[in-house]
Amino acid sequence: MSRGLPLDAFTIASEVRSHERSARSVVEEVIESIERGDSEIRSFVSLMAESALKRAEVVDEIVANGCDPGRLAGVPVALKDNLCTKGAATTCSSRILEGWIPPYDATVVEKLRDAGAIVVGKTNMDEFAMGSSTETSFYGPTRNPHDTTKVPGGSSGGSAAAVAAGFVPLALGSDTGGSIRQPAALCGVVGMKPTYGRVSRYGLIAFASSLDQIGPFARSVAEAAALYEVISGHDERDSTSLLKSEQETTEEALTRGVAGLRVGVVTELLDAMAPQVVSRVREAADALGLSGADVEEVSIPELRYALSAYYLIAPAEASSNLARYDGVRYGLRVDADDVASMNAASRTAGFGPEVKRRIMLGTYALSAGYYDAYYGQAQKVRTLLIAAFDKVYERFDVLVGATSPETAFELGAKSSDPIAMYLSDVCTIPSNLAGHPAISVPFGSGEGGLPVGVQVLAPALHENEMFTVGAVIERAASDARNVGEAAT
Amino acid sequence: MSVDRNSFETVIGLEVHCELLTATKLFCGCPNVFGEEPNTNICPVCLGLPGSLPVLNSQAVELAMRIGLALNCEIRPSSFHRKNYFYPDQAKDYQISQYDEPINSNGFLELPDGSRVGVTRAHLEEDTGKTTHVGGGGRVHSAERSLVDYNRSGVPLVEIVSEPDIRSGAQARAYVSELRSILVATRASDGKMEEGSMRVDANVSVRPLGATEFGTRCEVKNLNSLRSLTRAIDYEAARQIELINNGEEVQQETRHWDEDSGSTSSMRSKEEAYDYRYFPEPDLVRLAPDDAWIASVRESLGPLPARRRAKLVSLLGGSPSGPEMDQVLATVELDLDFLVIEAAKAGAPAALALARASNEVASNLDALRSLDPAAFSTTVQMESRGDLSSTQAKAVIAELMSTGRTDPVAVARDKGFEAMSGELIAQEVAKAVSEAPQEWKRYLSGEEKLSQFFIGKVMKATRGKANGKDVVAELRRLSASEGE
Ligand SMILES: [Zn+2]
Repeated sequence: MSRGLPLDAFTIASEVRSHERSARSVVEEVIESIERGDSEIRSFVSLMAESALKRAEVVDEIVANGCDPGRLAGVPVALKDNLCTKGAATTCSSRILEGWIPPYDATVVEKLRDAGAIVVGKTNMDEFAMGSSTETSFYGPTRNPHDTTKVPGGSSGGSAAAVAAGFVPLALGSDTGGSIRQPAALCGVVGMKPTYGRVSRYGLIAFASSLDQIGPFARSVAEAAALYEVISGHDERDSTSLLKSEQETTEEALTRGVAGLRVGVVTELLDAMAPQVVSRVREAADALGLSGADVEEVSIPELRYALSAYYLIAPAEASSNLARYDGVRYGLRVDADDVASMNAASRTAGFGPEVKRRIMLGTYALSAGYYDAYYGQAQKVRTLLIAAFDKVYERFDVLVGATSPETAFELGAKSSDPIAMYLSDVCTIPSNLAGHPAISVPFGSGEGGLPVGVQVLAPALHENEMFTVGAVIERAASDARNVGEAAT
Repeated sequence: MSVDRNSFETVIGLEVHCELLTATKLFCGCPNVFGEEPNTNICPVCLGLPGSLPVLNSQAVELAMRIGLALNCEIRPSSFHRKNYFYPDQAKDYQISQYDEPINSNGFLELPDGSRVGVTRAHLEEDTGKTTHVGGGGRVHSAERSLVDYNRSGVPLVEIVSEPDIRSGAQARAYVSELRSILVATRASDGKMEEGSMRVDANVSVRPLGATEFGTRCEVKNLNSLRSLTRAIDYEAARQIELINNGEEVQQETRHWDEDSGSTSSMRSKEEAYDYRYFPEPDLVRLAPDDAWIASVRESLGPLPARRRAKLVSLLGGSPSGPEMDQVLATVELDLDFLVIEAAKAGAPAALALARASNEVASNLDALRSLDPAAFSTTVQMESRGDLSSTQAKAVIAELMSTGRTDPVAVARDKGFEAMSGELIAQEVAKAVSEAPQEWKRYLSGEEKLSQFFIGKVMKATRGKANGKDVVAELRRLSASEGE
């Protein structure tokens, strides 16, 4: 399945740092493989070949001077197209931002550069991150590298597919209701959403500000953890950025093992899921038990209300965040006789149907006379959900469940049924509402041999327990694969 | 309009927006300055570019707290909301403002006449950019195009909302000028209404005298000076009373004051009012200044205008005349009371120092910085002792201010203002008396007021060098000696 550079991030970084390989050759190879291999998958919407090569030369020069360019030296990284890149188009896969070139870099882009990583291009996404299949993109859908008749999931489907296809070892996405974890599950890669506030949102084009969080995609838990470490940390440009820093490095967490760790298998994250998905999650839980964890099933009934609350809160914030695309300052302008008509014409032409649907939902939820019944009520549900998690975390260190109710579905299968599409995020949304970290780790396959992801949820700021458990699940998956291969 | 206004009471509440004197804007690092080239003082944040985020300026919070404390408000934990509406000069198409949890609430403002106006709240919010309509007479509907300047976008504002406690245009004026003095005294805002750094909207309603229910109110906008404020309120109250007298109803609406025609006209009705869809701003965290911060702001406040006026009044002996009270108001308003206080401390008569500060010093504020308070005090003392005539004292003050000199005695000498000897005064008075025998006779027969006539003559002859009091003393001595 790999169409690109089959190397992991650590190998690239160590070879670049030890002169065995130049960053320039890595970038050239990556660009060449994307140009050659991405025409069917369409994971990228734009390549940044020129700036990437320039950056690679800088990294090589630093190495030549005997200095250290950083722990991700020369590692190519793909960015979801809602992360601002100075001088390079950033569109959110929307017509309304077609050709818009930010005058500044997102904080995560600066942090990547400081670590020696090289941004090679921008990946496709559902328009303004609204969707679970990367089909609402103005540039057309991305396809799943495992089966190109299937969707890659979404909204960060381009980043998930780019990593799954082997074009890049690492990518960044954003997760508002599961937009990193669900495509990671469908594409068979690791995808992680940090605690809200761990990673600066400065330069992330907002969908729903109280839920959005940037996170990593990788082919291993260790690489995802390393990328998370590079991009996290306090940023004074984001008022919601957290001050607290981790005492322990993720490296220690990855090798610690789960002995004595209390793991809850959440009933509501298994109920009504595809049978093979349920089987894989139970197998992963069993593997944790065999590794010494105390595994127990737990029900959190409040999770059943999360989806409804999310589809009031996220559209409400989106309706306000997307108001600025009015044709006045940047992006698409459709001329008309007066300002209000110009605003309306530009927005009508510039936004796709799913974005319009959510703007209308959100506007309604915030309207005078409806606020208390909708937005206000949803916030109360959010508070209840957080309290329910708090209570469960008195008894458990981490929780596990499915990431996606099913494996990758056919392109177009849910395009005409928004509710069916919204249900794709039913397992991932609770972590966004609570602001907690969660990771999806590939574990075996389901229907049609397509990847299944197991989700590990942890309380706020407990990324390390999540990585510990994720690493053990990953090892168990690899052991099972080896046993399977040996048997055939 | 001629209507029976006496059986009605006007009820007014004021909303005052003032720009804060911070170094930078409310949510970004752009300088908070005025008069730059359009769209040069901007950044991704105040331009609302995709991906940008606001970060609250703590100096703005501090200035807002100063205003709140000066208005006797409670400072409470507060939050920011988004006020959503489409307008080209609104960079994000929403304004970040405080809504149900303002930083300052439940205060009051005491006016110089002793009346109190409640202050409901004084909250922080960001300013918008400025739209200019080009062509078609500069009006929005006929303009060929509109230009937007975002330099003002994100400038910090505090909106001060009064209770409906004001009962006349004159009281509204007193409220706004007192508020302005407080803003200036606390260095929170420059309070310049004409330049738009202080903007006033008035909610006006009328009701029959004795009624307890409020009438339907209209919000009047575009009040750019104290004069337009009083005129607009008086006009609007009269308009509403006439409607009621004609059996019609006042419609709740927003009305625009037109200074040229001296009238208000409807801008938008209640039905056309925006639904702002307020909701908590998710990009900002709660604002909860701790007690130590509040205490340090309170300490930094310094005495407020009311207390400063009271200080001057006490220096005047407690019961100033009407004109003296006007001088007290002006002196505090212009921040000149320190001169009077210093002079009084050095032994100069407070009334004389107040007169010189509120007239001679106030008329040349640009040169205030070069006036040495001790030199001012010495000059007032020289005048009160009779070493200088009032004309000479005024000239010395002018000289001190224009040159920055600190030695009034030397200034007086250089100008040839040395006090005239008793002998010279006697000579000049004798000459004046001999030149006006008729007036002298009348003076001798008891017409005391004619002393002014002789003072004038002597002043003219000596070109202001003589001291009025010395002249009167000499006249008395002469008349006494003639009577012997
Ligand atoms: Zn700015």
